[in-house]
Amino acid sequence: MPLSLKIHDVSVLYPGQQKGQPVRALSGVNLDIAAGDFVVALGASGCGKTTLLNLMAGFIQPSSGVITLGDYHGQVPERIDGAELRDQVTGPGAERGVVFQKHALLPWLNVLDNVAFGLKLRGIPKAEREERALHFLQLTGLAEFRDHATYQLSGGMQQRVGIARALTNDPKMLLLDEPLGALDALTRERLQELILEIWQRTQKMMFFITHDVEEALFMATRLIIMSPRPGRITHEFAVDFGQRFLKCRDARAVKSSPDFIALREQILSIIHGDEEAA
Amino acid sequence: MSLLDEKQRNAVLRTLNELRRAAPAKPGEQYGAPGNGTSMGLSLGTVVVVFVLWYLATNGGWIKPLFLPSPQAVWAQIVDVSRDGFADASLWTHIGWSALRVFGAFALAVVTAIPVGILMGVNRVARGVFDPLVEFYRPLPPLAYLPLVVIWMGIGEGSKILLIYLAMFAPLALSARAGVKSVAIEQIHAAYSMGASRGQVLRQVIMPAALPEILTGMRIAIGFGWTTLVAAEMVAATAGLGFMVLTASKFMATDVVIMGILVIGALALLFDLGMRWLERKLVPWKGRG
Repeated sequence: MPLSLKIHDVSVLYPGQQKGQPVRALSGVNLDIAAGDFVVALGASGCGKTTLLNLMAGFIQPSSGVITLGDYHGQVPERIDGAELRDQVTGPGAERGVVFQKHALLPWLNVLDNVAFGLKLRGIPKAEREERALHFLQLTGLAEFRDHATYQLSGGMQQRVGIARALTNDPKMLLLDEPLGALDALTRERLQELILEIWQRTQKMMFFITHDVEEALFMATRLIIMSPRPGRITHEFAVDFGQRFLKCRDARAVKSSPDFIALREQILSIIHGDEEAA
Repeated sequence: MSLLDEKQRNAVLRTLNELRRAAPAKPGEQYGAPGNGTSMGLSLGTVVVVFVLWYLATNGGWIKPLFLPSPQAVWAQIVDVSRDGFADASLWTHIGWSALRVFGAFALAVVTAIPVGILMGVNRVARGVFDPLVEFYRPLPPLAYLPLVVIWMGIGEGSKILLIYLAMFAPLALSARAGVKSVAIEQIHAAYSMGASRGQVLRQVIMPAALPEILTGMRIAIGFGWTTLVAAEMVAATAGLGFMVLTASKFMATDVVIMGILVIGALALLFDLGMRWLERKLVPWKGRG
C-alpha cells in the first residue's frame, strides 16, 4: 500500500492579539494527497496556504482534526481521545522535505555541505553523502559551484541549492512554500520545468504553494483554491498541463493553448472575487 | 542693505544646500550610506597630531613633568623598567602576572559563561533562573563588590581572578544568549525537516549561528577584563601592571603611570587584532548569511 497524506477536518485557531478574538486561520480542511499527486495551493493572501503547509511539515499542530502520513486507508477516526494515532503527524521528519520561501541555507557550510547536510545528520559516511549530494547539484546545474559559499550565489542559485538539499534527503513528500516567488521570469520557468521533471522521475508527493495562477496551472495535477476568513479550500480542479509539457517539451505551446487560457481566466475571477469580498 | 552681494549670497546658499545632502557616491560606494569612505589616513593623522602636541607641550615647558612627562621620559622608563624593573619586579614579571590574571579569568569565563548563555537562549527554565542574577549584578561596578570578594576569597590570586572573571561573565553570557536568538527559524525548521534531533540542531545549527555574536562578546569581555585589572591588583598584589601603575602614582612617578597605561593599551590592542583575525577566519559569513 503506497503512502498517502491525509488531512482530516483540520482547523487552526491562532490566539488573538491583545485580548482580541482568536483568529481562525483554517477551518474544516480535508485533503488527501497520494503518491504521484502534484497538489498546488493557490489563493489570496491570508487564506491559510502557509499554515496548511506548516501543518503538513509538522511545524504546528492543528487545533482540531488529524493529519496522518502512512498507509492508513479508509476513514480517519473522528475522535482521537488525546492518544496519538498510528502514522499521525506530530512534528517535522525526514520523510517530508521542505523548500522555504527564503532559501534558509546554512552560511557556514559551502554549497556541497549544505546539500549533504541531511545525510550528515543521518550519519552517512562523507564519501557517500558527497557523491549523492553532487548528483543533485548536477541535476540542478550547480556542480561547478560545489565549493562556493552560499552567500556568493545569486538568489536563483540559492533557491536551487535549497531544492537540491531537500531532494538529496530523498523525502517521500516535498513541501514547497512559494519557492520561486522571488526569482526572475526566466529562472523561474527553468526551475518550474526542473521541478516537473524531478516529480515525473521520482513520483514523490508534492505540495506547492504559489500566488501565480499560470505557475499553478502549469505545475499541478490537482489545483486547490483557498479563500480567506476563515481559510478553507473552496475549489479543486484536476489539470494535466504539466504532463502535456513533459510529453511535448514546449512550455510556451502549453501555456498559450485555449483551454489553459480559459481556465486561467476562470481561476483569476474566483480569486479576484475573494479579494473584493475582503 | 546686505553685507554680501548677490553672487556671494548664492555661493553661500549653494554650500549650505550641499551640506544638507549626502556627498556624491563614487563607484563601489552606496549613496547615502552612513560614514562612506576610508578613515585610516585620518586615524593615523590623529595619532601623529596627539604625539606632536604631547611633544611640544612637554618639551616647550607648557606643562610640568609631574602632570605630563615628555614622550622621551616615558620611553626612557620603558627601557629602564624592562631592564631594571620597578617595585621589585621587572616589566616582564608585571606583564606576566597581569596577563595570567586577565587571560586566566578569560579562559574560565569562556568555558562557563558561553554554555550558560547558550542554555539561557535555548531553555526556558535556565533563562528564568539565570536572568535575574545576571541582570542584577551586571551593571554593578566591580569596585563595589571588591570588598565582598576579598572577604570571601582572601587576598590571594583567587580574589583577583574572581573579580576579573565576574566582570567578563555577564557580557559573554548575554552575547551567547543573543547569538542563539539571532538564528533564523527557517534554518532550524530546515534541519528538523531533514530529520535532525534537538541535539543536532543545537550543535550544528544554533551554535554555529551564534558564533559571530559570541566572538563579539569575547572582544567586549576582554575589554572589561583589562578595565577591572587595576581594581583587582589593588588587593595585596606584589606584581602586575595595575599594581605597578598604582605604586607609581603613590610615588608621583607620572612617567611610569603613563608607561603602564601604554603597555596595557598595547596588550589589549594586540589581543583585539588577534580576535579580529579569528573572526575573519571563523565567521567570514558574518552579516552576509
